[in-house]
Amino acid sequence: MKTTKRAFMGLLGATALAASAVSSVAHAWEPTKPIDFVIMAGAGGGADQIARFIQSVAEKGKMTPRPLIPNNKGGGSGAEALIALNNARDPDHTILVTLNSFFTTPLRQPNLGIDINTFTPVAMMGVDPFVLWVHKDRNINTFEDWQAAVKEADGEWVMGGTGKGQEDSLVTTWLEQNYDLKIKYIPYKGGGAVAKDLAGQQIMSSVNNPSEAKGFFENGDVVPLVSFSDERLPLVSEVPTVKELDKDFSYYNQRAVVGAPGMSDEAAAYYQDLFKKIYDSEEWQGYMASESLSPLWMDAAAQKEYWQTQVDRHKELLEKMGE
Amino acid sequence: MMEVIGQLGDGVLMSLQPLNLALILIGVTLGLFIGAMPGLGSVNGVAILLPITFLVPPGSAIIFLAAIYYGAMYGGAISSITLGIPGASTAVATTFDGRPLAMQGKARLALVTAAIASFIGGTVANVLFTGFAPLLASVALSFGPPEIFALMLLAFATFVGLGGDDIPKTIFSICIGLVFAAVGFDEISGAPRLIFGDISGFLHGINFLVLAIGVYGIGEMLWTIDSTRGKITSTETKMSVKGAVEDAKYGMKKSWKGTTIGSFLGFFVGILPAAGATPGSLMAYGVSKLTSKTPEEFGKGHPEGVAAPEAANNSASTGSMLPMLTLGIPGSPTTAILLGGMVIWGLTPGPRLFTDQPEFVWGLIGSFYVSNFFALVVNLSFIPLFIWVLRMPFTILAAMIFVLSVVGGYAATRDMHDVWLMLGFGVGAYFLRKLDYPLAPAVLAIVLGPIAEPTLRQSLLLSSGDPSIFFTRPIAGPITVIAIVLILLPLLKVMFTKSKGNKPKDDGETLA
Repeated sequence: MKTTKRAFMGLLGATALAASAVSSVAHAWEPTKPIDFVIMAGAGGGADQIARFIQSVAEKGKMTPRPLIPNNKGGGSGAEALIALNNARDPDHTILVTLNSFFTTPLRQPNLGIDINTFTPVAMMGVDPFVLWVHKDRNINTFEDWQAAVKEADGEWVMGGTGKGQEDSLVTTWLEQNYDLKIKYIPYKGGGAVAKDLAGQQIMSSVNNPSEAKGFFENGDVVPLVSFSDERLPLVSEVPTVKELDKDFSYYNQRAVVGAPGMSDEAAAYYQDLFKKIYDSEEWQGYMASESLSPLWMDAAAQKEYWQTQVDRHKELLEKMGE
Repeated sequence: MMEVIGQLGDGVLMSLQPLNLALILIGVTLGLFIGAMPGLGSVNGVAILLPITFLVPPGSAIIFLAAIYYGAMYGGAISSITLGIPGASTAVATTFDGRPLAMQGKARLALVTAAIASFIGGTVANVLFTGFAPLLASVALSFGPPEIFALMLLAFATFVGLGGDDIPKTIFSICIGLVFAAVGFDEISGAPRLIFGDISGFLHGINFLVLAIGVYGIGEMLWTIDSTRGKITSTETKMSVKGAVEDAKYGMKKSWKGTTIGSFLGFFVGILPAAGATPGSLMAYGVSKLTSKTPEEFGKGHPEGVAAPEAANNSASTGSMLPMLTLGIPGSPTTAILLGGMVIWGLTPGPRLFTDQPEFVWGLIGSFYVSNFFALVVNLSFIPLFIWVLRMPFTILAAMIFVLSVVGGYAATRDMHDVWLMLGFGVGAYFLRKLDYPLAPAVLAIVLGPIAEPTLRQSLLLSSGDPSIFFTRPIAGPITVIAIVLILLPLLKVMFTKSKGNKPKDDGETLA
């Protein structure tokens, strides 16, 4: 009995030693000044909320010796943020929270001179699915009814989104092309504003992330019709996926963190370690569950591969859109 | 209604608990100084102090942040009045008349009026919030793009339709502001505009604080040096309680109307997502001037010109909590950060918050009342300190103003490009003032332009290009008609008086 206890204590001590050794090795590089935490969206939207949540988790767990300072650069479908990273004076202290405009904006605006392959992969924090929503007063309860209603409106069906070439507009265009519909698309500043204007019936339906429409959905203002995910979503489990219905299609918004081009390997290793810790934290896991994000951890290497497949996919989607 | 009063009582009691009360006192004091520092506004204050709130329960945390927000709304007026540099974007309109009052030795009057108007604005907003939050949330929902554009049109109209000012020059000033507002990425198409080849500093647009600090900090300083050769001590005011009480009476007697307008208008603009306290305070200033019997005194040191925007910015800051709590949409940049805080505390803002978390909501509303009261007390007790600043000779103050302006210009975006821009605006503003151009309309335009332009384009997309959408919708229609009448009013007046042969005398100099 005594020996086991001693062995156990010894084991504990060794683990503690090993742990301290690991942490001192892992922190070969540490930020020496506040980290510029660029957000590819304006204040208040889905991406912004996630970035601020991540910042809070880091602050709460005292994970960084210097704070992450959120810096909203939502202009030009993320172009402003990409340029800020490209021109970062101190790449070791500049990181970016991205959406899919990380892929689409350089494709749509080649003159920006952005090559995402020069960016430093840090971590994939999860992917955000999309759902088609309609206001409850429209009395539409199925995807088929919705198609019929849009056809009947004859080009006067109004949908809101975050801008041409943005994630939700790609899905909206996909709907138009695959179901032979004509939709009037109104761009907004962010997903939150879209959700609000759907609840206020300024627009007729929207393609929104569950996190953005959640409040109004739980209050019964908006009705989910179909989700564009691979599996049914826990928040709206009675809603079918488009795959179940008829078409092989799914689309997610990435919630990933990347570093500025030219970031040193040591700094990249530091951030990769930091965001792994944040990803594994109870808070982040809880957040993904409550906001219906799908977990999808990727390390740096897997992320680089993922970028290539996404660039190809978006090239195809944008071409079909006629961009 | 009884139920509401009961819940509110619980909320007030909650915010009077020792921990919460201490947080409120610390919050409003911190906020007061954060607001008074040019370049540091409530946004920065709340963002910097957010991590501290993880040490206390969520209810106390939001009370603390709301107290900072409140304090900053009071504090913004201080540097606007004493130094002529807007302490925060929400206090720009306060410089229009606050600064001239200080130059006439009436800084105490301006500061006391600002504090009391802020208190009244905050109180009116709190009562409206308490009584009608769910109803007002549905009002906010009924405002789509055409309604918001109509409201922006009305805001511009109040500035054009002002008697006394030179109308062509006012329009010129608005146009300059609109051009500056268009710089940067276009929200609808995503294309960069007016970036002068490829100057990356223009990509994020022209931050409106950069313009405001340039125009009012640097421009005003140059103007004062030019007109007085530095031989001026801006105030002789001594601080005495009796004097302050007299100022309070006089200030309120002169400006009860502006305070009332500011309180209600500010709240209403505040509850609309996308607007916030800055447009609210500018619109309150415009409407007060428009409805005043002595509009020609505005811009030269009318207490009402201080009271209206100050009442409005406090009222709007409470108002902008409404869409955040009930719709989950932030009404201002500061509430966007509060929203982020709520998510990490495990609360979901949205239509269900009032039913799911009544304790949290009513604790917060209760704390609004308590914060508002203490912000007034703290603010009034610091006034002697601020007046002391003004006893310095202007030759020393000018250097201080310059340094604070540069710091403020940099802090807004952390970009040296904007510091140069700010200095450029300062020099430009000085020359425009020499030529008698009113500058307030340019500031208004750069604030409202980024709201007006996308909503105009969204509306026209909705209607397939048919402008009648602004007239046929039940809310947008009347607002648009009033706006157009206001714009045409001075034209009609000019034609009418011209035909009679006695053109009204144009008074030369306006400070705003």
